[in-house]
Amino acid sequence: MLVSIKWLKDYVNTQELPPAELGEKITRAGIEVDAVIDRSEGLSNIVVGHVESCVKHPEADKLNICQVNVGEETTQIICGAPNIAAGQNVIVARPGARLPGGMKIKKAKLRGEESNGMICSLQELGIEGKLVPKAYAEGIYVLPENAEVGSDVITNFDLDDTVLELGLTPNRADAMSMLGVAYEVGAILEEEVKLPEITYKEAEDKASSMLTLNIDSPEANPLYVAKVVRNIEVKESPMWLQQRLMAAGVRPHNNVVDVTNYILMEYGQPLHAFDYDLLETGNITVRHAKTDELITTLDGNERKLSLNNLVITNGEKPVALAGVMGGANSEVSKNTTTIVIESAYFESGSIRQTSKEHNLRSDASSRYEKGVDPNRVIPAAERAAQLLSELAGGEVLAGSVIFDQLQREEKIVNVSPDFINSRLGMKIRLDDMLDILNRLQFKTEAMNNQLMISVPTRRQDIQIEEDIVEEIARLYGYDEIPSTLPETATSPGGLSPYQQKRRIVRNYMEGAGLLQATTYSLTSEKSATQFAMKHTELTRLLMPMSEERSTLRQSLLPHLLESVSYNTARRIDSVALYETGSVFLKGQDELLNEEEHLAIAVTGLWLDNSWQGEKKAVDFFVVKGIVEGLAAKLDVELEFERGELDGLHPGRTAFITLDGRRIGVIGQLHPNEQKARDLKTTIVMELSLAELFKEQTEALVYTQVPRYPSITRDVALVLSKIVEAGTIEKLIRSAGGKLLKDVRVFDLYEGDNLEAGKKSVAFSLTYFDPEKTLTDEEVTAVHEKVVAALIESGAELRS
Amino acid sequence: MEAQLNELKTQALDKIAAASNVKELNAVRVAYLGKKGPITDLLKGMGKLPAEERPKMGALVNVVREEVTARLEERMAILEEQAINEKLQSETIDITLPGRPVKSGNAHPLTRVIEEIEDLFISMGYEIEEGPEVEKDYYNFEALNLPKGHPARDMQDSFYISEDILLRTHTSPVQARTMEAKGGEPIKIICPGKVYRRDNDDATHSHQFTQIEGLVIGEDIRMSDLKGTLSVFAKKMFGEDREIRLRPSFFPFTEPSVEMDISCFKCGGEGCNVCKKTGWIEILGAGMVHPNVLEMAGYDSKRLTGFAFGMGPERIAMLKYGIEDIRHFYTNDVRFLSQFQRTEV
Repeated sequence: MLVSIKWLKDYVNTQELPPAELGEKITRAGIEVDAVIDRSEGLSNIVVGHVESCVKHPEADKLNICQVNVGEETTQIICGAPNIAAGQNVIVARPGARLPGGMKIKKAKLRGEESNGMICSLQELGIEGKLVPKAYAEGIYVLPENAEVGSDVITNFDLDDTVLELGLTPNRADAMSMLGVAYEVGAILEEEVKLPEITYKEAEDKASSMLTLNIDSPEANPLYVAKVVRNIEVKESPMWLQQRLMAAGVRPHNNVVDVTNYILMEYGQPLHAFDYDLLETGNITVRHAKTDELITTLDGNERKLSLNNLVITNGEKPVALAGVMGGANSEVSKNTTTIVIESAYFESGSIRQTSKEHNLRSDASSRYEKGVDPNRVIPAAERAAQLLSELAGGEVLAGSVIFDQLQREEKIVNVSPDFINSRLGMKIRLDDMLDILNRLQFKTEAMNNQLMISVPTRRQDIQIEEDIVEEIARLYGYDEIPSTLPETATSPGGLSPYQQKRRIVRNYMEGAGLLQATTYSLTSEKSATQFAMKHTELTRLLMPMSEERSTLRQSLLPHLLESVSYNTARRIDSVALYETGSVFLKGQDELLNEEEHLAIAVTGLWLDNSWQGEKKAVDFFVVKGIVEGLAAKLDVELEFERGELDGLHPGRTAFITLDGRRIGVIGQLHPNEQKARDLKTTIVMELSLAELFKEQTEALVYTQVPRYPSITRDVALVLSKIVEAGTIEKLIRSAGGKLLKDVRVFDLYEGDNLEAGKKSVAFSLTYFDPEKTLTDEEVTAVHEKVVAALIESGAELRS
Repeated sequence: MEAQLNELKTQALDKIAAASNVKELNAVRVAYLGKKGPITDLLKGMGKLPAEERPKMGALVNVVREEVTARLEERMAILEEQAINEKLQSETIDITLPGRPVKSGNAHPLTRVIEEIEDLFISMGYEIEEGPEVEKDYYNFEALNLPKGHPARDMQDSFYISEDILLRTHTSPVQARTMEAKGGEPIKIICPGKVYRRDNDDATHSHQFTQIEGLVIGEDIRMSDLKGTLSVFAKKMFGEDREIRLRPSFFPFTEPSVEMDISCFKCGGEGCNVCKKTGWIEILGAGMVHPNVLEMAGYDSKRLTGFAFGMGPERIAMLKYGIEDIRHFYTNDVRFLSQFQRTEV
């Protein structure tokens, strides 16, 4: 909502406050002023000029040489506007004038001819092109004949004005009108509101003699007022009206349309004008449209209607889409002499549905959608009659044609002053409350510690006690509310065990050298299940904005890998990212099974100590080590079993299992996948945190620090390449019994000195007895048993 | 023999003085004091002397030997120190070369902001509640006083999966669920999480973003409690000298509703580009829980009241760190992410 302060002053005394200060007061009271726009900003030395003569420039086809009377002199100005003509009154920027954007007018020579200033269009005065009347949109603006030559344009045509741009919340539909804003400002500044005085002369003939009215849908249209005005002259509106409309963000058209728009802005009540003769039938019938009925609206679009749409008809065919937009077939034009003015109350739901169905929003529909003031429908019609008789020379027929079944009683809200104070945590005196309600013009009766408040129909947002609490508080001032803390029983706050574990994971990952990433949950159908361990049915949006964001992900890895590629494409060769986030799996329930996952993607160098020549590229075991460390932190026993998953290297992939359940996967990207993503060797891992966090961790009890030394023996084996170290380790552990404390691989060799198909793996075995110092003989006895078991399994000892 | 001894002594002392390193000196030791050296030979030759001369001669040899030994030790100490110094000299490193890098990652800036807010409210006795991102229309809208047909719940603005299921548009459904689960008992929670809206991604819009909301319900919870709580939050989060102001606003699930501004942390209220010359920065929306919301979750709105507030970690991070484009949070450029390594404590 754009509010011209000059216009506002018609209804309320703004106490000559500077606009910014007025704006601040309005903001602090509850309606946010988004901008304070000085309409004359950057304008100076701009006067009315009279074009005495206008001849073609001899050297330039498109330029004219004009002799312009600017009051104190007649001077030559070159003008290139197509609509310039002798005899016009025009806007002249004199040498030394300033225009918006810092432009300064100087004397100049154009193709050899002197030009002492510039004849201006409205756009050059800073008015948006879409607001400039169509006739002047492509050229200069022509002022009325009676404009005083040499006078200041800025003051004479109301450009010395400031506009407040209000950012209205949906509840404050009442402020979508100048009167509504006047009531708000009146309440803030403690000033009276002055309503327009409506007087005009009626003709003897009655409106009802020319027009009949049928309302077929009273529930959607409980009030309809029509007035008939004849012998009107359709022409340009006077300057003041055009300027007010432009200040309000409305483009002037002609006096009839401008009057309906002016009253829309003034009262917040949408009006529509029909050409009486084009209605053809002298009848207005409001009904729901028939299926596939057609109407061409004023914007030139033909629309196919449905049963939901309320239409205004001439008894036969639609002439307007009720409350949304008029029809082209009854549009007011230059030739119109008699008009029907419609002022009606349409139920908001019906208008919202039609507006949505046709994707058509107008100033009218946006007000109906939020609900107009039922008590302004009739005054708005009267106001229109008055202005049309004043500005269009119209003769208003007596009375109105009216259908009225609208309930418009004021809502009564009962609330106690104690309630108000207890909700606010304040001690506002009853007198102050009554004063505020009085400023709001809410009629109030106070008795028995209870306020009985009649809420004017313009404030349909006020329904319950809490709404009154807000009205009192916002006008009393939110700054007056004290700061306290809730006096509730103090309970210790905190994170749940799950949330604590999530933070442990985060800290561990970052300590391990990974950066935390965040990616989108929505992805393409194609990547939704890539790398997912459990495939479920896809979950697609009903109305995605693009295919790329159409489906909920079932794995974190596709987007995480996209982030890796994003970095490597920017020459960041080593990337180590992790993410925690939900994947979305179809479950039994109508809601999805949202499972929180942890994913890792690493590429490039893991260790890079370049000047010391130490470089280590990422490999499977870097990421495996991270997972093993995490398992130790969380006290879970994870196992790794060889596996295959699409997109991963078949020889370098393992499933991560916990108590036999597969909870994750770790692997190197398949070379094809790497190529497709333009990546070098990349290792990924994804596992379910939900599964990982399932079990409660046991209490930590310390184990005694060893009092006796342990003894280490090494064994180097030659094995077939297909035998896995993990298998041998298990064998060693079972043969080693309880004295064997630890087994560790300390060397792997797959070189030339071995038979083809063989590898050498060396293990370091640690023996320990918590009760005593082991003797060499005791250790040898156990160790020999281990070696024997190894040999029996087919391993050879490496000499 | 005495002359021979003195001759030996002079020779030995000269060689000791001439030795320029430990090795040479050790050679001198072996040459003169060793088992096959001349002094040992002299002692061996004493058997040939008359018995009465032997003690005198023996003493003399010992004196010479002790003196040579002492001088040798002395010299040895000097040469050893010299040797160590030379070694140290040769071992000097260029200490300006870079250290061995320790690999270290860090949290995403949004996590950083969210955890800071979580921790602050945990210290005030709040618990953290979370809920599903794919939510029922009922919890996302209806339970929050946004009945079907309400203009604020346009299909165009939300990602629906079916008529009744959508990606949550705010974290408020967690509040609705918590209220329902608590069955009329007091509540003090913070709800962080991802939310989704049907927006085109650009510098200031993202179809996925995060929110963090708070809810307190109890007996006699007043608007002053909301103001006090938000004031503590603003000071802890943005600096002790921050002031707050509340402006009336509108949300369907609160009444009265407010927006909270804080005095600009960059200019302190003077007016600058961060606060768009107003001296104030809008941080969050809040209000007293609407009685309809309480009643719908089974609370007696006459007995228990509450307040709620909600904010966007993206906006807070953008303000705090001066980030100009919301898409940075979801692109995961390492050059962006790794800037949030260091502490601000």
